[in-house]
Amino acid sequence: MSKIKVATVWLAGCSGCHMSFLDLDEWLFELSKYVDIVYSPIADLKEFPDNVDATLVEGAIANEENLELAYKIRERSKVVISFGDCAITANVPAMRNMLGKSDSVLKRAYLELGTITPQLPNEPGIVPPLLEQVRPLHEVIDVDLFIPGCPPPAPRIKEVLEALVQGKSPAMEGREMLKFG
Amino acid sequence: MAVKRIKINGKTISARVDESILEAAKDADIHIPTLCHLEGVKDVAACRVCLVELETPSGNRLVPACVTQIEDGMSIKTHSPKLNEYRRMIVELLFAEGNHVCAVCVVNGNCELQNLAIEVGMDHSRFEYRFPVREVDLSHNSFGKDQNRCIFCTRCVRVCDEIEGAHVWDVAGRGYKSSIISGLNQPWGTVDACTECGKCVQSCPTGALFKKGSAVSEMEKDQSTLEFLVNARQKHEWTR
Ligand code: SF4
Ligand code: SF4
Repeated sequence: MSKIKVATVWLAGCSGCHMSFLDLDEWLFELSKYVDIVYSPIADLKEFPDNVDATLVEGAIANEENLELAYKIRERSKVVISFGDCAITANVPAMRNMLGKSDSVLKRAYLELGTITPQLPNEPGIVPPLLEQVRPLHEVIDVDLFIPGCPPPAPRIKEVLEALVQGKSPAMEGREMLKFG
Repeated sequence: MAVKRIKINGKTISARVDESILEAAKDADIHIPTLCHLEGVKDVAACRVCLVELETPSGNRLVPACVTQIEDGMSIKTHSPKLNEYRRMIVELLFAEGNHVCAVCVVNGNCELQNLAIEVGMDHSRFEYRFPVREVDLSHNSFGKDQNRCIFCTRCVRVCDEIEGAHVWDVAGRGYKSSIISGLNQPWGTVDACTECGKCVQSCPTGALFKKGSAVSEMEKDQSTLEFLVNARQKHEWTR
């Protein structure tokens, strides 16, 4: 059986979902028999590859870089999975939405709360501009599967990956698979 | 006692004449999901989660089980693909309407809205999130109100009015501009009518009303005092 190609991506999130993925511990060795991780923050690859079977996306869409990568992911992956509450609801990163648009958010964070030399970050081409609002992934691209949780517990992730490896769609139902938070 | 016969999910049951569909179903151990319903206070059919299908000669009608009285010969379905879809949509709308950040919520893990989301199989909201700007009121000595988590079930309003008799709470505004207000739309802590009994806090299904000092997941609602009072009242347990 040939291995399936899986990517994991870290957008506007805290990387907790990836930590939970790593919590699968020795089962990851088992997983590596069936899966090639072709792109991930825990593997040093610069460009998101073509022909990915499934991509797990952690994090919301908060800046232009997130948005560009999201489009690329959709184009190049068969199955896109919203991985965790930030991808699904925009969660904690979206708490800035209540402050208004990006300029009032930046002013609040960098000028009003800045202590030493308060200034707005401005490095075109290096620091990606913020979007006006943080949005869930499925509001910007089509998403095929959702794994709720902040972070999703490791057994929940395992359940999904096992199904994917077997070419099945996981049964997302019940507390163990669906609880937010 | 006079009884009526109705059919729920094809099964014939007999129920007291004055019962609602919800009460009759409950007596027969048939589960109908609810959210704004609270044992002991008047039903207002605000959330529509308890909608059931009522068979009529002109096709099935959707009626809220909590405020629909039973009639002899009624035939009701509590679950169907259509009802499941509507219930899920209602829950998705509630999540999209307010700011529900479960990960940092006082009732994470003990929340009726969160549990209902699981029951209806919600894995995301198909409605665009609104991210409204809403108030947090921490002026009260013992309790706090976080309007971000409010779903306008009005349980707090009804429990304070009907059980405690203080009527601290009301609903102000309309539609998406609605809010739950205390007193004459003043900070909760300045409302003299509040007896600090905490019944509103315990009746609130979400993290909107909470005990001050609760951190994430620490607030567990305890409705036993409420149940005790309601039972005592209904069974006249204080009269000798
Ligand atoms: S009130 Fe319930 S659904 Fe809303 S954020 Fe808190 S735990 Fe989540
Ligand atoms: S504060 Fe709680 S009990 Fe009152 S209407 Fe809002 S959700 Fe319901």
